[in-house]
Amino acid sequence: MAREILNIENLFVEYSNIRGKVKAVRGVNLKLYKGENLALIGESGSGKTTLGTAIIRLLPSSGYIKDGKIIYKGNGNEYDISKFNEKDLRQFRWKEIAMVFQSALNSFNPVLKVWDQIYDTAKAHGISNRSFVRERAISLLRYVQLDPERVINSYPHELSGGMRQRVLIAMSLLLEPKILILDEPTTALDILTQRNIIELLRTIKSDMGLSMIFISHDLSLAAELADRVAVMYAGAIVELGSVEDIFYRPRHPYTLGLIKAVPTVTAGFRELYSIPGSPPDLINLSPGCKFAPRCEYRRSECEKDEPTLVEVGPDHFVACIRHKEINNGR
Amino acid sequence: MEDRAIIQLDHVSKSFTVRSGIFGGRKHMQVIGDLSLSIGKGEVLCLVGESGCGKTTTGKLIVGLIKPTSGKILFEGKDIWSMNNEEFKNYRKAVQIIHQDPYSSLNPVHRIYNILSAPLFRHGIVKSKSEAEEKVLELLDRVDLTPPRDFIYKYPHQLSGGQRQRVAIARSLTLNPKFIVADEAVSMLDVSIRLSIIELLRRLKEEMNVTFLFITHDLAMAKYFGWEGRIAVMYLGRIVEIGPTPRVIENPLHPYTKALLMAIPEADPQVTRSKKPMQLRSLDIPSLLNLPPGCSFNPRCPFWIEGTCDREVPNMYEPEKDHYVSCFLFRGK
Repeated sequence: MAREILNIENLFVEYSNIRGKVKAVRGVNLKLYKGENLALIGESGSGKTTLGTAIIRLLPSSGYIKDGKIIYKGNGNEYDISKFNEKDLRQFRWKEIAMVFQSALNSFNPVLKVWDQIYDTAKAHGISNRSFVRERAISLLRYVQLDPERVINSYPHELSGGMRQRVLIAMSLLLEPKILILDEPTTALDILTQRNIIELLRTIKSDMGLSMIFISHDLSLAAELADRVAVMYAGAIVELGSVEDIFYRPRHPYTLGLIKAVPTVTAGFRELYSIPGSPPDLINLSPGCKFAPRCEYRRSECEKDEPTLVEVGPDHFVACIRHKEINNGR
Repeated sequence: MEDRAIIQLDHVSKSFTVRSGIFGGRKHMQVIGDLSLSIGKGEVLCLVGESGCGKTTTGKLIVGLIKPTSGKILFEGKDIWSMNNEEFKNYRKAVQIIHQDPYSSLNPVHRIYNILSAPLFRHGIVKSKSEAEEKVLELLDRVDLTPPRDFIYKYPHQLSGGQRQRVAIARSLTLNPKFIVADEAVSMLDVSIRLSIIELLRRLKEEMNVTFLFITHDLAMAKYFGWEGRIAVMYLGRIVEIGPTPRVIENPLHPYTKALLMAIPEADPQVTRSKKPMQLRSLDIPSLLNLPPGCSFNPRCPFWIEGTCDREVPNMYEPEKDHYVSCFLFRGK
């Protein structure tokens, strides 16, 4: 068994707003192993981005961790990230876990050149040797297939979307983190650029042996890069398994529905169907399975208690009482 | 084309003037270059391409929201910009557009009733409130917002993304259109909702015999919605390939179409991990302000012919029936 580097235990995250408490992450248990690619997939409002930002404690001010632990195992020690204070966090972010955010343009300060952003980041983490940082920045920019001399003196708006995404990935590697979290790394990029970013992430993983967490609504990104996939719905993980289990042997009606809702181009025709209804309101959640109102396998028991994850195969977990009957992957 | 054309574009080009910097001069940005296209009655034409290729501009030109810099746009054989008032009004009624973002395309301070009844009153289709209400209920029913009485007096913010898009579709149907431009009509929606909207559009096409221009960056959606129609692939303001959907997907001819199909990530691990992407000569898309001479794909194309591709713009060749490609590799074939 591979060694685990991150262990999320019974995590609850909420946002408070005028209408009440938004239960964005509800009782998530999840491990990340050393050197693996884990994909968190789900639709908008499923809690995947909240889970990702909770791991590096960058939740917006209305959000907070209500309960649970985020255990990070590094340097032979164990730390609970959820108990970190600001000083601990500064030591920890970028060095141990780095995150690449969804909107590549908004992640930059528009009035600073790329070099200044990189140097600021290094300084904030106690590295102020200019020539050392410059050398490392140049080698990283070259590594992500950019022309370092041109890019380093550019403003963010002078770069294309794909170039910005590559700069962000280079910056996230600056302090050699052990875990990289990428939120929708290919969304909003052109197809040819997406392919390039995917190949780059594949190279990074094989060169550096990082653990990566991808957050995406896009099943094809998980199909490309993930070793394991966690499917989220209404703040909880409903299915967790190897990429083959999830795509070819899904056992949760929601996973099955998601996979059947996405057409492919080169793989020939397959039967498609759409999931009726829309996701629930995370403020007023009903008891029972949160997917039940949209589920064609629904029974009256489904509305009583929320099912928990049970192991249905080696390292394959499903939260559905009727998982035995759902065995017709494709 | 056996069907009579409902929309024709005849050597259409569109440029915008942009200023570079505060003291910079004006520059012309050619977004559409010499586009000719004919869309038959009852057809589905999928216009695919990446961001900035001019597909949305093409949609706007067709519905008459912007004027071409040169060339003509014909609706049922008549140039839309030299129509008289009545003809222009009829054209405007017959040609409708569904926008990408259902969060910004519906006025947030108007109820669904007001959004859908405004065009009905404007064009004199209904005279009284009770008539309008009846018609709006019928429209909501048609787009599966049922029961319609639950939706008619709601505001857009009370609806989910998928429901809003259904309202936007209902609005495009208010005047019994003949032609609908669907501009990325599903790309803002969640995966589980997309397909139901596509199914709705398909049903409307059957029931009302509407012609569709389906604009998308998503080749899989184009394939799924437009299997019986045609696909046109756009790159930097020009159509580089057009043909029956199954032919373009299964036998792509233009190097750009091939590169797209070889690169596109797919929701199937075995299929997507066995793809061998085409090695392009350059990753970067040229700027519209500074288009390369000749074929605009030549700086990236691994098959480019020096002295030819970087000098002349290739014509449209027809190497197989109804399947056209603008690439010198097919000259004389």
